[in-house]
Amino acid sequence: MTQAAPLPPLLEPDASGGLREVFRRRYLLRLLVRRELRARYKSSMLGLGWSYVRPAVYFCVYFFIVGYVLGAGRKLEDFAVYLFSGMVLVNLFNEILHSATRSVTGHAALVRKIFLPREMFPVASVLVSLVHFVPGLVILMVAAVPAGWRPDPAALAGAVAGFAIVVLLGLGAGLLLAAGNVFLRDLEQAVDVTSAVIMWSAPVIYPWTFMRDGAPGWVLDLYLINPLVTAVSLFQRAFWQPGVEDAYTFPPDLALRTVGSLAFAVMVLAIGQQVFAAAQRRFGQEL
Amino acid sequence: MTEAIIVDSVTKEFRLRHARSLKDLAVRTLRRQSLAERFNALDNVSLTVQQGEAIALMGLNGSGKSTLLKMISGVMRPDSGSVRVRGRIAGLIDVGAGLHPELTGRENIFLNGAILGMGEAEIRRKFDAIVDFSGVERFLDGQVKFYSSGMFMRLAFSIAAHTEPDVFLIDEVLAVGDPPFRRKCQDRIRELRREGRTMVIVAHDIKMLTELCDRGVMMRGGQVAFDGDVKVAGDMWREDRRARRRGEPAAGRAGEPVGPRG
Repeated sequence: MTQAAPLPPLLEPDASGGLREVFRRRYLLRLLVRRELRARYKSSMLGLGWSYVRPAVYFCVYFFIVGYVLGAGRKLEDFAVYLFSGMVLVNLFNEILHSATRSVTGHAALVRKIFLPREMFPVASVLVSLVHFVPGLVILMVAAVPAGWRPDPAALAGAVAGFAIVVLLGLGAGLLLAAGNVFLRDLEQAVDVTSAVIMWSAPVIYPWTFMRDGAPGWVLDLYLINPLVTAVSLFQRAFWQPGVEDAYTFPPDLALRTVGSLAFAVMVLAIGQQVFAAAQRRFGQEL
Repeated sequence: MTEAIIVDSVTKEFRLRHARSLKDLAVRTLRRQSLAERFNALDNVSLTVQQGEAIALMGLNGSGKSTLLKMISGVMRPDSGSVRVRGRIAGLIDVGAGLHPELTGRENIFLNGAILGMGEAEIRRKFDAIVDFSGVERFLDGQVKFYSSGMFMRLAFSIAAHTEPDVFLIDEVLAVGDPPFRRKCQDRIRELRREGRTMVIVAHDIKMLTELCDRGVMMRGGQVAFDGDVKVAGDMWREDRRARRRGEPAAGRAGEPVGPRG
C-alpha cells in the first residue's frame, strides 16, 4: 500500500530535531503544555486560580514588610506598583530556569523510550512559565490603574523588548541547564539557590539609584551590564513611571542597553541551542 | 527490493559509572577502585532489513537486542558506524512510557498519539478504533492512575498499535494483558504485516516469533551470531538458554560487564 507514493529517503533516525522541528510539531507541543497545566492543578479546587494567588500573596508580603515596615514606600511613590513591575519579570525568569532545568530529566521515561525532538521539553516548560506569567501581568495592570497609570505606546514597546530579553535569555540558559542537568543533577539545587541572588541582582525591591549612590563605579558598571536590570527598568518605565509625579531617572543609555541586551539574549539562545543539540545525543544512555 | 533499515558496522560501548558524588569519587580514587566499567553492548553489528520484511531479533538477556532496537529508533546513537531508516518509525517499546497518570484516558489518547507522531486529524479519525480495541470505553474519562494495570497496558498498546509508521519496532510488549487480548495484539500485528510494513520484533516467545517472522537474527554478546531462517535462529536461542541454565557460559555471552578495558 505504500508502494504508490514515492519512498521517503533513508535517514538517520534522529535526524529530525532542533528548535525548528519543535515548532513543526506544534500540536504535540500544545498537548505537552496542556498536560503540564492539567497535571499540576488536577484535583485542586482552585485550579489555575492558584497562579493568581501566588503572585498576589508574594506581592502583599513585600508590599507590607518592605514598603511599610522597612519604609521603602515613603521613599518611592507607588512602591507596590514599582515592586511588582520588576517582580513579575524576574519571577518569570526564575520560573523558566527552574522548570527548564528539570524538563528533560523529568521526562526521562519518554526520552529513553521514544525519539522526540528533545528541545520539545525545555520549550514546553518555557511556555508553561509564560502561562503563569499572565496572571502576574494582569494583577500588575489592575493595580497600576488606580495609581494613575495610562498606557503609553512607546513605553509599552519597551516593555515588549524587556519581555523578549527575559524569554530569549531564559530559553537559552534553560536549554543549557536542561542539558547539563542530565549529566549533573546538582544543577537543580544550584539553580534554586541562585534564584534569590537573581532577584536581588536587579532593581526590583530597591531602586537602582541605591547602587549608583552607594557602590564604586566599576561595580555599578558591572551591575548595569546585567540584561535583567535593563529588562526590569523597561517594565518599570512602562507600568510604574507613567503613574508617578516625582522625577525618577532610569539607568543611562537605556535604548542602547536594550539593543545590547537583546543581542546578548539571542547569542545565549544560539549557544544554548548548539550545546543542547550536541548534548542530546547522549541523553538516551545517560538517563 | 528497497532497504528500509540499514545498520552499518555499529558499535556501542556503555560505561557503568560506580560513583557520581564527590564523596564516592574520592573514596574510590583513594582505594584505587575503578570509577567506571566499560563493556560493548554492540560490537560491529551490520544488518539490512528490506521494505516489508518482518524480522525477529533473538538473544538472551543482555545480548544487545534491545540496544540495537534503540539505535534504530533513534533514542541512542552509535559510537561508530551508522544507522539509517526510511520513513516514519514508531515502536511498541515500553508502551506505557507515554501515558500520564494524572490525565484521563481520553486526554492520554491524544497526548500519546501525538508523541508517537500522529497529527490531530489522524488521532480523531482513529479515536474510536483505539478505544474499541483497548476495551476501556467505560473508564475513558477517568484518570489513568485509577486504571488497573491491565487496562493501562491495553490502552497504551492500543494507541501505539494504531500509529501507521513505515517501520515498526516491537519490544517485549506482546506479553501484555490476558490471553484474549494477547491474541488480539498478535492479530493486529499480522494485519500490519499484511499492509506491508517493515517490522523488527524482539520477544522471548520463540514459538510466536517463528510464526510471525520469516527471518531471524540471533544475537550473542553484542554481535550477530546468525542471520537467516527464523527456525534456525529459534533453535540457536533454545540452545543458548539451555546452556545458560546449566550454568555454562554460552559462546560469547556478554551484556554482563566484562571488566574494565582500555
